Amino acid sequence: MAYLDLANLEKSFGPTRVVRDFTLAVGKGEFVSLLGPSGCGKTTVLRMVAGFEAPTAGSIRIDGQPVTDLPPNRRQIGMVFQAYALFPNLTVAENVAFGLKVQGVARAEREARVTEMLRLIGLPDLGGRYPFQLSGGQQQRVALARALAPRPRVLLLDEPLSALDAKVRVSLRSEIRAIQRDLGITTIFVTHDQEEAMSISDRIVVMNGGIAEQVGAPFQIYNRPATRFVAQFVGTLNTLAARLLDPGQGTVAVGDAVLSLDRPLERPAGSTVTLALRPEALRLGHVPGHDAVLPARIAEVEFLGSVIRVRAEVGGNMLSLDTFNRADAPPPAPGSLVQLSAAGRDFILLDD
Amino acid sequence: MTDLSLARAKPDAPRREPLRLPLVWLGVLPFAAFALLFLIWPTLHIVLGAFQTPEGGFTLRNLAGLFSPQILGAFWISIKVSVMTAALGCLIGFVLAAAVMRGGLPRGLRDAMLTFSGVASNFAGVPLAFAFIATLGRLGLVTVLLRDWFGINLYATGFNLISFAGLTLVYLYFQIPLMILIVTPALDGLRREWREAAASLGASGAQYWRMVALPVLWPSFLGTFALLFANAFGAVATAMALTGSSLSIVPIILFAQIRGDVLQDPHLGYAVAFGMIVLTGIANLVYIVLRSRAERWLK
Amino acid sequence: MIRSTRLWSWIAFALGAAYFLLPLAGMFEFSLRARRGEYSFQAYRNVLGDPQFLATFGYSVLMAGFTIVLGVLIVAPTAFWVRLKLPGLRPVIEFVTLLPLVIPPIVIVFGYIRLYNTSSWLPLTGSALGTDFLLMCGYATLSLPYMYRAVDTGLRTIDIRTLTEAAQSLGAGWITILGRLILPNVFVAVMSGAFLTFAIVIGEYVFAALLNRPAFGPYMVWMGSNKAYEPAALAVIAFSVTWACMALIQLATRFQKFTKASC
Repeated sequence: MAYLDLANLEKSFGPTRVVRDFTLAVGKGEFVSLLGPSGCGKTTVLRMVAGFEAPTAGSIRIDGQPVTDLPPNRRQIGMVFQAYALFPNLTVAENVAFGLKVQGVARAEREARVTEMLRLIGLPDLGGRYPFQLSGGQQQRVALARALAPRPRVLLLDEPLSALDAKVRVSLRSEIRAIQRDLGITTIFVTHDQEEAMSISDRIVVMNGGIAEQVGAPFQIYNRPATRFVAQFVGTLNTLAARLLDPGQGTVAVGDAVLSLDRPLERPAGSTVTLALRPEALRLGHVPGHDAVLPARIAEVEFLGSVIRVRAEVGGNMLSLDTFNRADAPPPAPGSLVQLSAAGRDFILLDD
Repeated sequence: MTDLSLARAKPDAPRREPLRLPLVWLGVLPFAAFALLFLIWPTLHIVLGAFQTPEGGFTLRNLAGLFSPQILGAFWISIKVSVMTAALGCLIGFVLAAAVMRGGLPRGLRDAMLTFSGVASNFAGVPLAFAFIATLGRLGLVTVLLRDWFGINLYATGFNLISFAGLTLVYLYFQIPLMILIVTPALDGLRREWREAAASLGASGAQYWRMVALPVLWPSFLGTFALLFANAFGAVATAMALTGSSLSIVPIILFAQIRGDVLQDPHLGYAVAFGMIVLTGIANLVYIVLRSRAERWLK
Repeated sequence: MIRSTRLWSWIAFALGAAYFLLPLAGMFEFSLRARRGEYSFQAYRNVLGDPQFLATFGYSVLMAGFTIVLGVLIVAPTAFWVRLKLPGLRPVIEFVTLLPLVIPPIVIVFGYIRLYNTSSWLPLTGSALGTDFLLMCGYATLSLPYMYRAVDTGLRTIDIRTLTEAAQSLGAGWITILGRLILPNVFVAVMSGAFLTFAIVIGEYVFAALLNRPAFGPYMVWMGSNKAYEPAALAVIAFSVTWACMALIQLATRFQKFTKASC
């Protein structure tokens, strides 16, 4: 029995089905991200777990207890909003203490807990300030402390970093992860930024059009995307059109070049397939062990110091790859003809 | 006058550096002249006059004259009317705005309410008094209907439109809409996330209102109260058209004084006017201070 | 949303609607009662046929027109100039334009009478024309807050600095810039200020009464103490005029949304 159980959740607004048959089992202390473009239903799922939207069908359980019919103020959840939502008339300390005050916790214990939380988020001296005196990053940290103070069972974060500057976003996301690990609290994190999701989650749910396209660890999702959408949404993806020559051997033709994918493919011979390849799987030149070789013409070379970003054209397709700088090997010139190689099994076959 | 001075300013400016600064100020000359001649100086003249004897010397005697029973009584009635209509205007206006904005009523009602409030807050003065006389006067529509349909004789119960209560009732017609116009954006400023955050932290609806929403709205509330107070205090035409001169509120006393020196002392009129300015000035100051505080929170 | 909240909301709304609509209904109904025993428009006929009505209403309309022109001439160039050249002065100007809302109008007109009477350096009240001028200035003062706010809002939405610099680089002088460039672009904003001014002037009483001018406001009061049903008819007319002004303002602002040229 999972700690947080979402079973067959559905949500419709009038005729529009925003969430379809969404099932997810989250273990205790796990950090799960809901990742997808805007409108994919990820926020709706979160709000259903919080209790701000009632599911049209399906059920939600926390620690075995069905909460689908409970109002939000009885679910013992903590929520962090994109817009911080700090109460403007209360100080930082009063904001953090809010949940405890509502529960009727005694003042001494309240104050101790507030001090503890402020220390946890790294703002021990700002207790007396008002929200309008804080920066965005500080406000969001206080919002986190406020949500965690009453010791909720589940922590829900709705795109908490989207309103912040890039630098703050990066530092705050690892802080959030560290605090979450520290407290061992079950967490659902909604975001549209795949780098964010991949860097801090235990598992990711990639959503599109109201359904979960794939659930898995970041490593899994990135390297073994189950659908074309997941492959293209998560990370950069090179795509190539190829003609299947021998399904049993997995031989394809890209233009005039013949490659072997080192595995049998279940497509009819002669059919056109779409191959996908991550940039790090491509190598410049024919590297031993990478026997799928493609002739290419260099289109662009960006020298970024330790990394050289190359874009090359292969039979009408534009591929990008990164290669490390080597002092004894200058980067290729644009327009020059080179060979790109990859291992056959690194090619992903996309279902069209 | 305006355009010529502006036209003359431009060609000279780039040529002679030291003269540039004063010439830029010429652009606000017409406004400054107008404001001085027709706003600031007349007001100052009155304020200063309150401290002057007819011969021109300084005195506090005029101000002392304010504390005569007749004048003090008038101020007291004015303050009572203003406080009453401000308080009721705030309360009723808030209830109406909350009902339309948050009470689950159809969306279209909000625009209708705001438009009507815009019109009603300007429908003051003489026509408003006539409208109420036509409705609640001795032969008014509602008076007649109450008699014919319900057998209730309104005027036998002691009610009289030409009274303190009647004036309050009439003033509310433009006080309530003003409150609605001001409180609606404030209610809008109550962000949905606050309600949800409070709920996620375990607060019930009542707790949310008590601990977050009302404290946030409080400065707006109080500020608008001050504004409504000032609004009612200075109103003349409505009262005159409704009660003639029978209700001695301060503006009517001043009116009579200006018309025919009924107080037998012209400088006392200055003092009365000065008293009015002080009260409305303080009220407006309170409003401005509280409004900036409210705006800071509701951003 | 709980059922009971919605019920109470409807009750509150209904009571509010009753309070606000009944006087309008009463005013209209009363105005129809001029002829004993039957409803008729007799009161309106009496009013519209009354030469005093036409004279005072016409006077007020004319005054409103002049006031609007004066208001625009004073406010628009000032708002423009301050935005362009003296932005530090803006708070001061705004404060001044809010003074007419703080200082009761009766005090202002009191000041006029004391300051510009026949024994002062500017004896405006000595002649009818002089008093008319004084009244116009008083009306302009009363409408100053609304006119300024309308024009300022209009100016805020266009980038006057760039427009002015472009015009100057093409050789335009200040009058051309103001007249051909700025005014047309803030025309709609000015219109809303104008309608509001019109509504204020038509119904204004204190200034006109104390300066003894034959305006619509004092005429209405005089009718109120002398006739029974005609005042209600006047109230209906006045209310309709106010309503029409507000409606025209709404129309004008909506019109602006469609014709806003991007700068």
